[in-house]
Parts: sequence; C-alpha cells; structure tokens
Amino acid sequence: MEAKVKIYSTPTCPYCISAKAFLKQHNLEFEEIDVSASTESAEELRRMSGQMGVPVLEINGQIIVGFDRAAISQALGIGQG
Amino acid sequence: MYDLIIIGAGPAGITAAVYAARKRLDILVIAENVGGQAALSGNIENYTGYQFISGPELALKFQEHLQAFDIRLNHPEQARSIKKQDRLIEIITDKEGYSSRSLIIATGARPRLLNVQGEKEFKNKGLTYCATCDGPFFRDKNVAIVGGGNSALDATLQMLKIASKIYIVNSASGLTADPVLIEKAGQSDKTEVFNQAQVKRIYGDSFVKGIEVAQGENTLDLKVEGVFVEIGWIANSDLAGIVKRNERKEIIIDHSNTTDVKGIFACGDVTDVAEKQIIVACGEGAKAALAVFKYLSTQ
Repeated sequence: MEAKVKIYSTPTCPYCISAKAFLKQHNLEFEEIDVSASTESAEELRRMSGQMGVPVLEINGQIIVGFDRAAISQALGIGQG
Repeated sequence: MYDLIIIGAGPAGITAAVYAARKRLDILVIAENVGGQAALSGNIENYTGYQFISGPELALKFQEHLQAFDIRLNHPEQARSIKKQDRLIEIITDKEGYSSRSLIIATGARPRLLNVQGEKEFKNKGLTYCATCDGPFFRDKNVAIVGGGNSALDATLQMLKIASKIYIVNSASGLTADPVLIEKAGQSDKTEVFNQAQVKRIYGDSFVKGIEVAQGENTLDLKVEGVFVEIGWIANSDLAGIVKRNERKEIIIDHSNTTDVKGIFACGDVTDVAEKQIIVACGEGAKAALAVFKYLSTQ
C-alpha cells in the first residue's frame, strides 16, 4: 500500500528541505502544508500534533516531529538509505 | 576512490567543492543539509556583493553554484566515522562507505542549549532554536529572544514582522550584536531589552506560557508563548575525534586549513578560526580546497 505522507513545513526551514529531499530520494509522493501561509494551518498543526515547530510529518496517521530519519524510515518501512 | 570528500554543505563546504571542482578533482560532498547555518539566517547584509539577501536565498545561490559543476552531492546523508588507513581516508555514513585521498571536514556548528528547567520539555512547544523555521507560529504573540549577539538580533528583526511584543533577555551588560542590527531592532517599540538577565525556568502546560528571568536580585515573570534561544553555537566535531580539537571542541587548523592528520583538512565554523561569519567560512572553504590541491599534487 502506498504510504500517505503529509509534511508541515515553512519554505525557509532547511530541515524541511532535507526532509522533502529524503522523501523524494525514495520516490514518495507527499502533500505539503506551508504553515507560514496562514495562521489556520499553523493552528491546525498545533492542535493536531501539539507542536509549534517544523517539520512535522504525518505518515499513515503517525506523527513524526523534526527530520528524524530513523523514525521516518521505520514509519515508511524502508531502509535509512 | 575519490580525490577529495567534503563533509558538510554549508558556506565552507560548498565553496571548497566549487574550488576543488575547478581544479578538476574527483570529489564527493556528503551533507545532512544544504546551506548550513547560512540557511538559518534571516537577513544578511554583510556578504559582499549583496547589500541584502535572506539566508535561505543565499543558501539557494550556494547550491545553484555547486550544481553548476559536475559534483556528486549525497544529501541527506550522515557521515558516521572517519578512519585513516595508510594514505587513504575511509568515511562510513548511514548509507555506505567511501574512500578518498583527502578529506575536508566542514560540518559547521549547532545551537548552544540554555540548560535550564523546561528547555527539553517545551522544545517545539514554544521553544525553538530556529526563528527562520518556526517564526510563523508566533504571529501576534509575545516572545522572548534569549541572547544579545548577532544571531539574537537577527531573530529579533525576523520576529518584528510577526510577533506583537519581543523581550530580549541578554546575560551580558549590553547587546554585543553589530550596531546596525541593534539600531534597527531599537527603532521598534515592540522590543524591550533586559541586560544582565538570565533565564531560570521555562514554564507552561502543553505549550510555553512564560519564562522566569533573574536580573540582579529581582525575578521577572515574562508572559510569552515563544522562546527563541540564540546564545551561540557548538562545533559539530563529534565525528572528528581523529583530529586534534581545542577545549571548545573546535578542530585546530593552521593557516592552510591543515589538521594534525595528513590529508585531513577542515574549514568554517567547525574549526578554531576566530570569526564565525558566512563570508569567513566561504574564504576558509576556498583556502582548504586550494591546500588540498597542493597536498594531492605532492603525493
């Protein structure tokens, strides 16, 4: 089953850029939500994940905070490479 | 086997790569992120040639410059160990192993922690080390910036457009940032500076609600929802146990960016170079690559 991946990010956050590059390396499609674009999306992330920092990834409903390669790999069932 | 492996793709590592590519060296760049601390900066006004450029924009320009050459960039990839076997240097990463005739360590630095109660608990719950990343979460909120140097004032200027009130909590007797930054931040009545002040505790419930600050004999209670820690940097040299480091864990280099291990060079904020500035890191990267070229031609 194709993983459903959502990434909450800001355009200027280098860790978000790295996380997106990592997903692209694995040919994974993802939905990107720019929390700097609206107060609502930042609030949505805050309510949903209890986080006020980016990146936050939602992989098949699982929340991963930060560019945590090991946790992302595990959630996607892929090697870290 | 490569002629040169560069670990790190901040200003120092990228400049080293560009210089090495022009010398037609066979190089590999391994990086956890591209742009390094430059990408975390807000507004940059002291990089010659650009009267004004944002950190992320400058980082993008660096990356474009790198990509103009046929340089292999493995990103994101994390170098885990460095070994020297005879004349060869072996790098093991989270993905695979590589060998090279020379190495440049340009792994930069990471934010210094406050080490106070609540710091771990409220990380990403109001406390952040990256105003450029997380600033948008604090629209129309009160925030505290901890620090008084260029990074702290840069964060202040970024937050002036977003936050409603900014307290600068500075441990020194005065702000140590460049006067141009202090003047800009001071023009706004949103900012209030507390000198000789130390954060004692960060408190809240699910998110930050405030900080306790000691100033002389007084304890101040600042009601803030955001805390931006900008109190300096620590060299990312954990990987570099193979080379000599100083008490601040910075790699000790000479004028040619040479370490005490033959074939291993270092540049930028991970080294003991006196000034940690983007333009200095770039210059150091250029010097390191040229030193590598000279070294390889004598081998």
